[in-house]
Formats: sequence, structure tokens, C-alpha cells
Amino acid sequence: MAEVVLSLRDFRVGFKTSLGDVAAVRGVDLDVHAGEIVGVVGESGSGKSVTFLGMMGLLPRSATISGSATVRGTELVGASTKTMRGVRGKRVAMIFQDPLSALNPTHRIGNQIVEMIQAHQDLPKKAAMARAVELLDIVGIPQPDQRSQQYPHEFSGGMRQRVMIAMAIANDPEVLIADEPTTALDVTVQAQILEVMQRIQRDLGTAIVLITHDLGVVARVASRVQVMYAGRAAERATVDDVFANSMHPYTRGLMASLPGAERARLIPIPGSPPNMLRPPPGCSFAPRCAHAVAACTVGEPPALVAIGPVETACLRAGELYAEVPTHA
Amino acid sequence: MLRFVLRRLFWSVPMIILVTFLVYVALRLGTDPVKSYLRVNQRASDKKIQQYIEANGLYTGVGGYLRGYFQWLTGFLTGDWPRSIKGSREVWPEFKAAMFNTLRLGLVASFIGITIGLCLGIFVALKPGSLRDTTVNTGAFIAVSTPPYVSALLLQLVFAVYWSRWFGEPLFPTSGVYPPGHQGFDPFLMLKHMALPVLVVVIQVVAVYARYMRASLLETLNSEYMRTARAKGISERRVLVRHALRNALIPIVTVAAIDIGAILGGLIITERIFSYPGLGDFFLGAYENGDFPQLMPWMFFFTLVVIVFNLLADVSYAWLDPRIRLD
Amino acid sequence: MTDLQQPLSDDLLVVTDATQGLTSESVSPARLAIRRYLHHKGAVVALVVLSTMALFVILAPLTARYGVNEAVFKTSAARPNQFLPPQSVAWFGTDDIGRDLYSRLIYGLRVSLLIGLVSALMGTIVGVSIGAAAGMRGGRIDDVLMRVTDIFLAFPFLVTLLIARSFLSSVSWLEPITGPVTSVRFVIVLFVVFGWMVVARIMRGQVLSLKEREFVEASRALGASNTRIVVKHLVPNSIGPILVALTFSVSGAIVAESTLGFFGYGPQPGAGQTSLGNLVGGAKGALLPGYWWLVVFPCVTLVLVALCVNFIGDGLRDATDPKLDMGGH
Repeated sequence: MAEVVLSLRDFRVGFKTSLGDVAAVRGVDLDVHAGEIVGVVGESGSGKSVTFLGMMGLLPRSATISGSATVRGTELVGASTKTMRGVRGKRVAMIFQDPLSALNPTHRIGNQIVEMIQAHQDLPKKAAMARAVELLDIVGIPQPDQRSQQYPHEFSGGMRQRVMIAMAIANDPEVLIADEPTTALDVTVQAQILEVMQRIQRDLGTAIVLITHDLGVVARVASRVQVMYAGRAAERATVDDVFANSMHPYTRGLMASLPGAERARLIPIPGSPPNMLRPPPGCSFAPRCAHAVAACTVGEPPALVAIGPVETACLRAGELYAEVPTHA
Repeated sequence: MLRFVLRRLFWSVPMIILVTFLVYVALRLGTDPVKSYLRVNQRASDKKIQQYIEANGLYTGVGGYLRGYFQWLTGFLTGDWPRSIKGSREVWPEFKAAMFNTLRLGLVASFIGITIGLCLGIFVALKPGSLRDTTVNTGAFIAVSTPPYVSALLLQLVFAVYWSRWFGEPLFPTSGVYPPGHQGFDPFLMLKHMALPVLVVVIQVVAVYARYMRASLLETLNSEYMRTARAKGISERRVLVRHALRNALIPIVTVAAIDIGAILGGLIITERIFSYPGLGDFFLGAYENGDFPQLMPWMFFFTLVVIVFNLLADVSYAWLDPRIRLD
Repeated sequence: MTDLQQPLSDDLLVVTDATQGLTSESVSPARLAIRRYLHHKGAVVALVVLSTMALFVILAPLTARYGVNEAVFKTSAARPNQFLPPQSVAWFGTDDIGRDLYSRLIYGLRVSLLIGLVSALMGTIVGVSIGAAAGMRGGRIDDVLMRVTDIFLAFPFLVTLLIARSFLSSVSWLEPITGPVTSVRFVIVLFVVFGWMVVARIMRGQVLSLKEREFVEASRALGASNTRIVVKHLVPNSIGPILVALTFSVSGAIVAESTLGFFGYGPQPGAGQTSLGNLVGGAKGALLPGYWWLVVFPCVTLVLVALCVNFIGDGLRDATDPKLDMGGH
């Protein structure tokens, strides 16, 4: 397997709020290898976005971060401002869910990309602008020359996300973190954006972390998947194994609620994610789980355990795996 | 943009006429120039009164008001202004002098006030919820809730009345531009006389702008493009100046242009208390005497200023914020 | 005045984002609003202070030490009662004819609070109606109406107030409504005439933004009339901004009354009464002779009342602002 570029170990994020301390991310491990696309899947509130925002130091001051996050050996947790600035935009770039609010409305598109380039490369303005136009061309924006002189509000949603991608790849980063990049877009445009990202990964060899709540998106482009629930990893495997051999009731629930050809109706997961001010003891999913037994609701939350090709954080994974056939 | 400005300018003409006509009617009814005239010239003959009515277009009835208004407007625009009722003086020279006095006071106070206010707003918005934020916030809230005459009275009490009791002479004078009987130009004396009125206006302006700036900057600081900017790996200083401050100042510019009326309002009250011979003093003096020929130009001038600054606000907003399209 | 965002919004938004289950134990909107109001310390203190003052004012015959026009004691050459500095017989000192300032402040505040509340309430009702009508109708008339009110609002308020005052007082057939120019009723009518504009603008903005929303479209599709839509949907959904505007117009009216009083154009509420404006106006004459208590106490009372009402308005804005909603996006 290829070299590991991004590695999280026991990564934790907490927030101090007026209502009490909230543990939003509670010990996450993840390895991202060079040139692969990893999907990170979970409901809103599962801590998937907070994990990576926290890693990049982009959370408000009320957030406390611990554990370890390294980019090819560079530790990010507790790193100096200087180190972080060298990593942000240069080695790890990010794109966000809503490209309209993520782009500065009063700056021209070209200038926003130029700012990214000049932050890390010693290029004169003119050359940087030429590079920006070239990047816009790469992500498939027609007439990049003129478009670079326009403002974000003059672009459509899909085009804005292309601009975000162009900006993100400006310094040829090792990892691209895409935080729900297609959620705000139309289905047809979603497909186009995913295609652009796949092309980036193929042509530039950039590793991509694709954060999404949509298993369908992951199935289309990712090679590996990490499912998150209530600030912890619930399951981890290759895309094929997750779909074929998932052993975590939550992942199965997610798949059952996914529109598909074989099933006549969708089965929603009952209930809602736990209150993170007071997470339940034991497995966080137990209150919503149809297979939960008494042992599930006591003690520490279960850790990931490899069972066959799949790593699952479920006490009953072994029995259930034998008991219930999966949907594949 | 040019087309927008031209069209707005074109539309502002009927707007000015409509507003000043409403003001004309209100003033004609409210001050009743004929009555004011009679008050000053108690033995005027019927013929004299009739003459006065003709000369000033003070006809009655709906048609009479319209005719009178346009007669007044023509005279006003051609520089043929009716004389004041009290003392039968020319209005323009006094108006002009008052205007310059107000301009001097207003510009100095606005400049100082806006500068300090913006800086304070930035200073506290960078640390929301901190002690300095709470302090400035509460202070600004108190200042905004304090009418200018209250701060003026309290300042006069301390720096003039009680200061002279404690130290023999007042620190700052409480009225006028110069001491009574002073001749010629003396910048130091003038500044000394301006100190308290400027301070009163500055307190208000600082409070208002600190609050505006804080709110506006907090909003930009909380917006998502700030995260994008930080994710670029540029310096925090550049993030704040190029992305946050620049965008936060855009609405402030607009507010500043529209706020001109509020600043002038504060000036009116302040001028009166300090017997400062500016436009506010001019207005209140004319109002007391029911002096229609003095009030009308004043109101016309203000309508003009308000409309022009409203236009300026729109244009500057469109110019600064590419999202706004004028059409 | 733009709103002051409270600093708590910042981390709460992120946290609700991260932990959406936070408010899963459902809390009614009213409870939530109260909770948010209580979070605004200034607003809570202001409410307590203002309630205390209101209590004093309502119980004026008990709380005041003297009648409104009663001298603290009979004056004599040996023991004059005028301009006494604060002392045990008159806590806030006495005025030019020996009346107790403390008692007069209580009686004056009574009149001023009444003016503030009544005129703000009536002005808000008028403003909401006109604003809603303008917003629902739209078109040319709405345009012109709003532009003209814009200009009047941009004038210094004292100017508009004074001109409206002389206009109202000279139209003889309005006399039965307004009463004489020096009456309290006149000032209330004046403030209503003046005060509806701000509320109308706010209401119009609300109507314009709510009008396109699905629930309004739905009830229109079901055949509801404009009036019904306004009363059933638009007003209830705008209750937050309306309440905030109402609060600010209370303090606006109290300050305006004092301003008029200060310049000698305020109500002269008859022999048996006084108002904050009267008392603040009296401070002018007391300044140069150095009777500081006649300046300081009325001024501080005025600022305290205005400040408390404004703080309450600020707290209400926090409490009703959906932007600060803790329910996530």
C-alpha cells in the first residue's frame, strides 16, 4: 500500500459552552494514503467535519484539541502558528460545503486564487494570475480568462465549487479535504464535481478526504470508507466491503435508508443522534439500535475490531455477522 | 452606474418638491407667517398686510398654497429670498455664517468621533465576550441612551461651573465661538470654545460607531469566507485586514452617509445649549419667532442634504460591494 | 441602530452544528426566548431596576414624601426652603419654591412613563397597520410612501417633532383629538404621528420577506384574504421585531418628551403634575448658580430610565432573534 500522508491517532475535539463541555470528537484514528480517496460518512453532528476543521486549527478558540494528527510526520496538534500556516493551503487544502459563503463576496475570483498561490509560492502577481487562469481551466471553467475577473455571485453553484477546487489545488497539496462538497448542489452538478475531484486525484495524485453524509457519493468515488457516529469511528473498510460485509447496525441502517433498486421502500433509522453534552454510556448508538443488549449500554464505547476485511466498533458484530445476511 | 445616478438625480427633483411642499404647508399652517408678521408689526395697515401677503405668496386655500409654494420656490431659486419677519433682515448672510459654524463643529466632531468609534469597535470585536468588550459595550450603550443635552449639562456643570469654584476660573467656556466683544480670528480661543460642544457630539458619535463597527466586524468574522481565508495559510493579519475589515467597513460607509441627519440632530441640540451660532441655533431661534422666511430655506437645505446623502449611500454601497447592482 | 450580537452566538452555532442532538429534549419557543433573555445580564438588571422604579411610581402617594406641589416646610426668612441641597428633610434637595425634588421626580416619572407607554403602543399599532398594508399592496404608492418616510426619518428628530408640533397645534379641527398644545394628550398624539414611521418600515420589511414564504403562499392558495394573512401569519411571525421596536419607541418617547421639555416645548401637565421633561428643563436655570442636585438627579433619572428600557429592548432582540436560535440550521 502507498505511503501514509495523513494520520490521525486518538484525535479528540471538545467545546466549552455555556451549557457545559461538549466532546464532539472522542478519539478518532484514520490513515490516509497517498493518492487515495477516503470517504468519511456520518449524520450531521457525528463530528466528521469538526475532526478535520480541528486538525487544521480552524475551529473557534472555545475548542480544545488533543491526540495526534500528522501530515507526513509533521505534527499538527499543538503546532506553532508558523507550522500551521505552512501546512494550510500548501500541504493540506480544504473545500467547503457552501461555496458561495466560502468565497469572499467582495474579491474577484482570480485574486482569491492568486492570494492562495502567493501565500506559498514566490511568484509575481502576473505569473500568479496566469497560473490562476490555468487552474480555472483545469477544473473545467469555460473562458477562464474573463471569469477570473468576475465575483463569486456571478457564478453558478457548481462553478463556484469548481473555483474552490481550483483554489485548493493551487499549491499542489498532498491532501485535499472536501467537507460536504456536493451537498449544496443539484444532483447533475454533484456528479460533475465528483468527476472533477476524481480527475484531480488521478492526474495530480492528490489524496482526498471526502466528508459526506451521503453513502451514494462515497460509493461512486471513494476507495475506503470510515463511518462516524457521535464523535467516534463506527466502522472502517474498503467501499466494496462496507457495502457487502458491513457489520455495524448503524452502517446497515444508513444503507437501508439509501434509495436503491432492490428494495421497495426506505427504512429510516429511528430516533436522533445523542446529546453530546451527556453522551450515553457504552455504545452511543445503542439507544437507537434494534440489536442492542444490556452489555451495549455500560462501560466504555467499543473500539474498532477487525473481523474479516471490516473493522467494526460493535460488541455484537461477530454474532450479527453470522446471523443476518447483508444487503449485497 | 452613471445611468443610475442620473436617474436618481432626476427622480430626486420631484421628491424634493414633494417633501418641501409638505414642509411648506406644515410651516405655513404651523407658524402662520401673517400672524407672525402682525406680531412684529402691530400697527400695520390692511393695505400693508395685503402687500405682505402678495409679496410672499401667502395665499389661502389649496390652490393658494400651491401658488404660494411655487412663488416661494421661484424666489428661492433665483436668489430673491424674502426677508426675515423679526428685524426684517436678509436671511442668506446669517444662514451662510451659521452653516460654516456648523460645518466646522460637525466636521471636527464627526472626524474625531468616527475615528475613535471605529477603532474601539475593531478593538472589541476581536475579543468578543472579554472584559474590554463588555466595558466598551456597556459604555456605548449608556452613551447612546444619554441625550446630548444631558451630557452637555453635566459637562458644563463640572468643567465650567464647579471648575471655576474650585480653581478660580472655568476650564472651558460654555457659550459662543468667542468671548463676548472679541474681534478677529483666534484659533486657540476658538478651539477652547469648541471643546465642550465637540466633546458632547463626539461622545454620541463614538458610541454609535463603536457599536456599528463591532456588530459589522463580528458578522464578517463569523462568516465562512474567513475560514477559507485562514485555510489558505496567509497571515492572521492579512486575514483580518484584507478579508474581515474591508468587508466590515462596507455597510459602515453607507450608514455614515445616512447617519448625517442624526449627527446634525445632535448638533442642533448641542449648539443650542452652548449658544453656538450654527444652523441648530438658527433653526430654534427662527422656530421660536415663527419666522417662516428663515425656516423655509433651512428646511429646503436639509431636504437637499438628506436626499444627496441617501444617494451617496446607495452609490458608495454599489461601488464597494460588487453584489449590489444598481438598476 | 444595528443589533449587537451577543458573543455567545459564535461558539453556540459551531457547537449546535457539531452536536445536533443538543436540544433534542424539546423546549418551547417561549421558554427558549425567556432563557435567552435571562442570558443577557444587562437586560435582567434593567428589568429589575425598571420594575422597582415602576413600583415606586405606581405607589406614588405612598413612596413620595411630599405632594407634587408641596413645600418641604413653610419658608421663613430665618429658614428659607428654596434651593436646599440634599439633606434629610429633602433627599434630593429642593427647587426654587422649596418643593422636594425626590417626590417631584416620582410624580414626573409617572407622567413620562405614561406618555412613553401609551404613545409607543399606539404608534406601534398604527405603524404595524400601515407597514403591513404597504408591504402587502406594494407598487407605486408603497414606493412613494416609503421614500417620503425615509426622508422624514432622516431629518433630525427634534426638527420633525417641532414642525409637526406647530402644525398639529394650528389645525383647529384637530383640537378635539389633540387637546391644547400644552397637554399630555397633545404630546402623545404628536409622538404617535411621529413614531409610526419606524415601526411601519420594520413591519413592511417583515411583510416583504415573509410574504414569499411557503406557509403564506399555502394559506393564500387556500383562499385566505390579505387581512387574514396579515393577522394570522404575518403579525405573529413578526412579533419579535415588533416587540423590540415597541420597546425602543418607549424609550424614544420618554427621551423625546424630555427633549421637548428641555427646550420649553413640552407638556405643562397642569398645576397638580409635572413630568421628567419639566424637571430636566428646570435644570437649565439651576446650572449657572451651581444647584447641582437640580441638574444631576433629573438627568440621571432620565438616563437611567432610557438605559433600562433600551437594555430590555436589547434583551428582547436577543430573545426573539431567530439568528441566535439554538435549534441548528
